[in-house]
Amino acid sequence: MKISVTVTLKKDVLDPQGKVVSQTLKNMGYDNISAVRQGKFFEIDIEESDKKKVKNLAEEFCKKLLSNTVIEEYTINID
Amino acid sequence: MNSSVIVFPGSNCDRDIAVALKKFKFKNKMIWHNDANLPKTDLVVLPGGFSYGDYLRTGCIASKSKIIEDVIKHANKGGLVLGICNGFQILIETGLLPGTLLRNKKLKFISKNIFLKVLNVNNSFCLSYKKKNIITLPIAHNEGNYFVNDRLLKEIEDKNLVAFKYCDEKGNIDEDSNPNGSLNNIAGILSHKKNILGLMPHPERLIDPALSGQDGSLLFQSLLSSN
Repeated sequence: MKISVTVTLKKDVLDPQGKVVSQTLKNMGYDNISAVRQGKFFEIDIEESDKKKVKNLAEEFCKKLLSNTVIEEYTINID
Repeated sequence: MNSSVIVFPGSNCDRDIAVALKKFKFKNKMIWHNDANLPKTDLVVLPGGFSYGDYLRTGCIASKSKIIEDVIKHANKGGLVLGICNGFQILIETGLLPGTLLRNKKLKFISKNIFLKVLNVNNSFCLSYKKKNIITLPIAHNEGNYFVNDRLLKEIEDKNLVAFKYCDEKGNIDEDSNPNGSLNNIAGILSHKKNILGLMPHPERLIDPALSGQDGSLLFQSLLSSN
């Protein structure tokens, strides 16, 4: 199965890179941009067919390695 | 010869290049990235550093600066443009030079002197390297691993647009003399019209015999003699 994980900074943590990207898009003329958050994206191939098991493992990956839960949040997709 | 050094937030070799240009009697102006117009100039220099903290991709945000539109116009009219280190990364992000600069193969920031072979001396930047074609220059970068697709790689090699390659002191170009994993040991490339040069090494840091050498001086002397 394939796990997709997106990690971004929590809403109340300042994201300077996201802010600069947002400002640059505006400078390029896209003035309807209201906010940009920048994050990380992981694709993980796993040899396991039990979806529930995979979901639990993905949670573990996120908590133990892929994100810093003090400042980051994550979303998991499995297919 | 008139020159303009573009200064971005996070540039940190802008004053080094200004000192070098002054030494060789260029009439230099420092231009802030947010200025709308480029003054009349023969040479535009995009200096090294970490423009915008390398946010998103190295050189990416700087390549969307206000002044860059004028730099592109200047380049398209055949004006000289020199991009050093982060300046090279910016040139690539503007599309003025092909390819991209990935993270160094060993994922480490490299700061040391390396040997280079000058492969094309028939352009405004390298004329004076006819006398000496194996040179030493410092590199100081984290993203200098030049990469481009096979078709473009063949094109830049066939058209002799590679100005500098990493080599050893005898001039051997091989994997052992490749510090960062660049394809074919590429350290610097020219545009088709040879009026734009982007390179990772820092010629502006070797212009004084008291400070370790003059191999960088030859680049500035070339520019003056081409004028």
